[in-house]
Amino acid sequence: MRLALAVLALLLFVAAPGLAEPQTVVIGYLGQSRKPPLQLGPLDQFATDDGLQGARLGIADDNTTGRFLGQHFRLEERVLKPAETASDAIGQFAGAGLAFVVADLDAVPLTQALAAPGAEKMLLFNSRATDDALRQQDCRKNLLHTIPSRAMLADGLAQYLVWKRWQRWFLLVGTHSADQAMAAAFRRAAQRFGAEITVDQPWTFRPANGRADTGHVTLQSEIPAATQVADYDVLVVADEADEFGAYLDDRTALPRPVAGTQGLVAAGWSAVTEEWGATQLQDRFRKQAGRWMTPSDYAAWLAVRSVGEAATRLRSVDPSAIAGYMRGDDFLLPGFKGQGLSFRPWDGQLRQPILIAGPRLLVSASPQPGFLHQRTPLDTLGIDLEESACRF
Amino acid sequence: MPLLTAILLVVSVLISVGPVAAETVYVSNEQDNAVAVVDGASMSLSATIDVGRRPRGLALSIDKKTLFVAVGDDNRIDVVDLAKRRVVGQLPSGADPEFFVVHPDGKRLFVANENDNLVSVVEIASAKVIGNVDVGVEPEGMAVSADGRYVACTSETTSMLHLIDAGTLDLVDNLLVDTRPRAAAFSPDAKRLWVSSEIRGTVTVFDTLTRAETGKVQFEVPGIRREGVQAVGIEMSRDGGTAYVALGPANRIAEIDTATLAVRRLYLVGQRPWHVALADDQRRLFSANGNSGDISVIDLENEEVVKSLPVGRGPWGVVVGP
Repeated sequence: MRLALAVLALLLFVAAPGLAEPQTVVIGYLGQSRKPPLQLGPLDQFATDDGLQGARLGIADDNTTGRFLGQHFRLEERVLKPAETASDAIGQFAGAGLAFVVADLDAVPLTQALAAPGAEKMLLFNSRATDDALRQQDCRKNLLHTIPSRAMLADGLAQYLVWKRWQRWFLLVGTHSADQAMAAAFRRAAQRFGAEITVDQPWTFRPANGRADTGHVTLQSEIPAATQVADYDVLVVADEADEFGAYLDDRTALPRPVAGTQGLVAAGWSAVTEEWGATQLQDRFRKQAGRWMTPSDYAAWLAVRSVGEAATRLRSVDPSAIAGYMRGDDFLLPGFKGQGLSFRPWDGQLRQPILIAGPRLLVSASPQPGFLHQRTPLDTLGIDLEESACRF
Repeated sequence: MPLLTAILLVVSVLISVGPVAAETVYVSNEQDNAVAVVDGASMSLSATIDVGRRPRGLALSIDKKTLFVAVGDDNRIDVVDLAKRRVVGQLPSGADPEFFVVHPDGKRLFVANENDNLVSVVEIASAKVIGNVDVGVEPEGMAVSADGRYVACTSETTSMLHLIDAGTLDLVDNLLVDTRPRAAAFSPDAKRLWVSSEIRGTVTVFDTLTRAETGKVQFEVPGIRREGVQAVGIEMSRDGGTAYVALGPANRIAEIDTATLAVRRLYLVGQRPWHVALADDQRRLFSANGNSGDISVIDLENEEVVKSLPVGRGPWGVVVGP
């Protein structure tokens, strides 16, 4: 018996020498600690490891193919504390010889990370910042984006609303600069796809806490007052901080649907999707993380899977080969959204369908039928080649 | 001897020119929790059999009297008595069965359990899982060689084709294949193993014994971008000369010459065909079209789609029985 095992081991060793010593790829994960958002209702999920768990699942998925090919993937995790800087962390990653980093950072620390010494030799994945400027004038050759941009989200929603013929929009915009940027994306999308913004208003109320006892009484009088405008088809809300948008549904002066950052939302990922095999990804994620997968989890997962998929297809863990292959025509990443995903060569953005999600169920996915494009319907979403301001 | 030859000749002539034998097409309707029963002669819907939730994979028993239906959301296989046209029993399967095959010994099912990375072996008589094989993440497509020696399984996320010894349940080999593999099929002589890739939109052919890749089929569909061409179900003709591949969102069925791997022609069918099945006389092909809720009937002799028949919501699997 022992001899048989020894012979078997020897046979395995001879048959697959690569398996004896797996080639290892270390992928860095750089996150930042965030202020918890205001919890609006008892069903709200709050995650402190949003993004990180997605990267971890990506590593687990990469290793399932890797174990058959003699490739091993490992995540080097780093979450910035308030006093720490992204550039120091990138410097340490560079010192350790890491070639790939999932940058789960807001735009400002992401820009600092990109400016850090050593960053120029790495490939960073933006899995968090939706800012269009990062894909336009601030784009970088060593930066890929797996989170959809605001323009992509707005275009995805606009296509669905126009397909529904809900073409007259009441745009309601929060006070933060992020809300302004999202509103700009909605205005651009309306113009591109033939919707009309009939009312464009800022939200001027202070953020309220609706969870006070009988808090609904205040909201029941406040929201109708704030939404008393001329007729429209759909209220499109830009409230990225989730301060007031959730209070709009079922309280507007006119009986109209709410879409945008709350209500019917456009997102790269949602807990409600189970089509295109997504059930299995959602189940794996929940088993690992004990909560729903968020858009940032999904974007971090896509980043880690991109490295894994490229290494699988190349049967190589050479960083420059992987980085080159990912940007090339042959790369197609399965992302549980019905078709292969690829990076746009002109700005490094991952092309992907945008989910149109209700609170409990998936409502649709864009691009919508009938929105055509000379290259791929996916390029009807976001900043296209011809209009790109990105120059590497 | 000459007499025997003459008899054989007469019989074969009778078979080839005779009327279409009594035939029934069974279609699993994923969104209706039902199996549609279509009369093959009149090509009309003759019955609907209620089964468990989200039926997808389905297969006939060796004696063709029983239909097995994988009902993924109920984590089991329903057993349908085709004479009674109702569910008469249940088999265990493991979590979320999607596709499975009946082993030629008639005693065992090999089931891909999409949610727990296992191929389960189910003994039909005892209704027990008698073995499990660890495979990659999201096992999906299943095939068994006609000689019963091998079972093949694809794993979607791992992008692998796993070859299993049906006797010992050992993994014989794991082959890297194109992204998100779906269906697998052996040639009738078991010498070749075919596997489709949903994301790449390709079919790759391997030599079963050496596991060397012997060829790859690419599909060009006029007017459709490569992301829209996704290879899914595979059906092999009995003589092994032709393979049919469902191309999903491209709404086409490809007919492939297995010797040259050339795509002979594309048939335009309903929306999002998942799987295809040949009639017993090999003259007709049926495709289950998920998004248009129908099956398409292709007359292979005249090379045309002759009928679309609504069968319910979300047609997925299709098999042909007596």
